[in-house]
Amino acid sequence: MTGDILVFVEQRAGSVREVSYQLLSKANQICAELSVRLTAVFIGPKASFLSSDFYKKADRVLVLEDERFGDFNCEIARDVMVGIIKEQRPAMVLVGHTPWGMDLAPAIAAKTGLPLSTDCVDIKIEAGKVKAVRQLYGGKLFARVVFKDESKGCIFTVRPGSFSVEGYPDRMGEIVPIEAPKDLPEPSSRFVEYVDTGAGEVDITQAELLVSIGRGVGEKERIEEIQELARILGGVVSCSRPVVDKGWLPKYHQVGTSGKSVKPKVYLALGISGAFQHVAGIAGAGTVIAVNKDKKAPIFRVADYGVADDLFAFSDAIKKALKK
Amino acid sequence: MDIVVCVKRVPFTQEVDLEIDRSKRFVATESLAHVINDWDSYAVEEAILLKEKLGGEVTAVTVGSEDDEEVLRRALAMGADRAVRIESGGMPMDGTVVAGILASVIRNIPCDLVLTGVQADDDNQAVVGVTLAELLGLSHAAVVRGIEVSGADIVARIELEGGVDEIRRLRLPALLTIQTGINEPRYVSVMGIRKASKKELKVIDVKELGLSQNDLVPPTEIEEIYLPADTGGAEMLKGDPSVVAEAVIDIMRRKGVAL
Ligand SMILES: Cc1cc2nc3c(=O)[nH]c(=O)nc-3n(C[C@H](O)[C@H](O)[C@H](O)COP(=O)(O)OP(=O)(O)OC[C@H]3O[C@@H](n4cnc5c(N)ncnc54)[C@H](O)[C@@H]3O)c2cc1C
Ligand SMILES: Nc1ncnc2c1ncn2[C@@H]1O[C@H](COP(=O)(O)O)[C@@H](O)[C@H]1O
Repeated sequence: MTGDILVFVEQRAGSVREVSYQLLSKANQICAELSVRLTAVFIGPKASFLSSDFYKKADRVLVLEDERFGDFNCEIARDVMVGIIKEQRPAMVLVGHTPWGMDLAPAIAAKTGLPLSTDCVDIKIEAGKVKAVRQLYGGKLFARVVFKDESKGCIFTVRPGSFSVEGYPDRMGEIVPIEAPKDLPEPSSRFVEYVDTGAGEVDITQAELLVSIGRGVGEKERIEEIQELARILGGVVSCSRPVVDKGWLPKYHQVGTSGKSVKPKVYLALGISGAFQHVAGIAGAGTVIAVNKDKKAPIFRVADYGVADDLFAFSDAIKKALKK
Repeated sequence: MDIVVCVKRVPFTQEVDLEIDRSKRFVATESLAHVINDWDSYAVEEAILLKEKLGGEVTAVTVGSEDDEEVLRRALAMGADRAVRIESGGMPMDGTVVAGILASVIRNIPCDLVLTGVQADDDNQAVVGVTLAELLGLSHAAVVRGIEVSGADIVARIELEGGVDEIRRLRLPALLTIQTGINEPRYVSVMGIRKASKKELKVIDVKELGLSQNDLVPPTEIEEIYLPADTGGAEMLKGDPSVVAEAVIDIMRRKGVAL
């Protein structure tokens, strides 16, 4: 493998997203292993670029500054990336497994014909062969994925939070301005605006104890029992996404990547399986106690304490113990 | 507004010990209960809602075996007009291959909009939707939790991280990958599913599609499937519920929660 490792840097409203730093740190490690260059691609206003320090993390940053592309446009990003890939033939392309990355990476793969492995939690090189580690069934199993033919390069989307940004040397990147491909067609989609889904009556980010409800609660009618438990414990109710999707609780209770990040002293997860999009929101929690009737539920791998039981039996037992 | 919606049947894996076969590359799922992929039931509902508002027809499509027709019949019962199953003959497929198969069929179905789920519950790839869009030359958006049709455009509300949404305007025809929570999928009864069996369900063999061998060989391959390491997980609290409750209360107090 001789080509560069190419990293797509995600930028929103002028600031570089955390996930991009994580990608750069993983890419840094791979570059050291393979003795190849790290090239980052940045599309957006130069001001935001200069106010961040990510360029120090790459050997080279290709910057496309064009006021038309200040906001993410998947087709532009795709065409720019495809152009760079065709010209420079990188060994690997890394994109964040984020909503934008999920839009962009398969598009690049389809246009270049390069193989793609998504939502990777690790990338390894074993005996010269690239291997991606990813999860199946919401984290119940792991799979090592290989490519049939990686000789022309390969593409990965990397799960946010999989790599630490600490502990790798600065590379003092060279900044290389690039031009948009000349024959860039008018995109068939355009950015309109960002909308904040807003705060609610309860602020789960400030709670010391969160009693969090997952799909395992089964039906709306039984949420009241857990709300009562939260009242008795003096905690605040939060929840996983399906509980909001089903309209059982308002959105501002939701913990996770598309909800809120929380930092309670204790996080009590009741009937939550432990999908990464949920778990990403509880990284700041002091102690996690999980109750799930499936003893193989992935949440038990991230919790500090686990109870393999029916959540209502657990809730009743706590209520009873506190009444004493 | 004619809409195609892609649906997948997935195994239900809660409280099951997933069994890895001897090749260490496959999981035995035949004996498990199966359901429609959660994301896809929202996609079907969204297609039906748009049809009810704007007219047009909805076609549900799946690549799979005869057993997978169950999810097509569910889509028909929800209100889809017809269904297509592409018989895959049990060959190994990855997201790219599935998208290629879907593209060769959907290319011949006139439509303004294609909907898929954000991801499938079993492989969690989030690959098929956007790949399909590119193969069909459609504009696309991933992780959509709101749709409004406005003339020749569609305005999609895309869910980003941390409670921020992006509003994006796309020219039709387009493909959107649908996020859960966009609507409330309607309930379908067993009776409803039985009634829907009168609707058209066409079966096409993948061999009839004229795809080249190259299109059918998956570019990615699972080398090995394995269980996560047992170490480093939670300390499991065992015993009678009352004993467990006391232990949990004790932990909370020690961690500084005022009870
Ligand atoms: C782009 C994107 C963004 C997302 N953002 C978020 C997010 O911000 N937050 C989020 O939470 N999810 C998010 N998700 C969804 C996530 O992938 C999972 O689908 C979701 O977290 C699952 O929620 P759950 O654990 O409550 O439900 P399930 O996965 O259905 O798990 C329910 C659990 O309850 C257990 N159970 C059932 N009955 C009982 C009982 N009686 N007693 C005890 N246990 C029981 C089951 O064993 C199971 O483990 C996102 C997904 C995508 C694709
Ligand atoms: N075998 C299939 N048949 C029809 N649609 C599929 C199939 N596999 C995946 N899809 C669609 O693609 C979406 C994303 O799946 P995936 O890329 O596998 O995570 C699903 O929500 C479905 O809408």
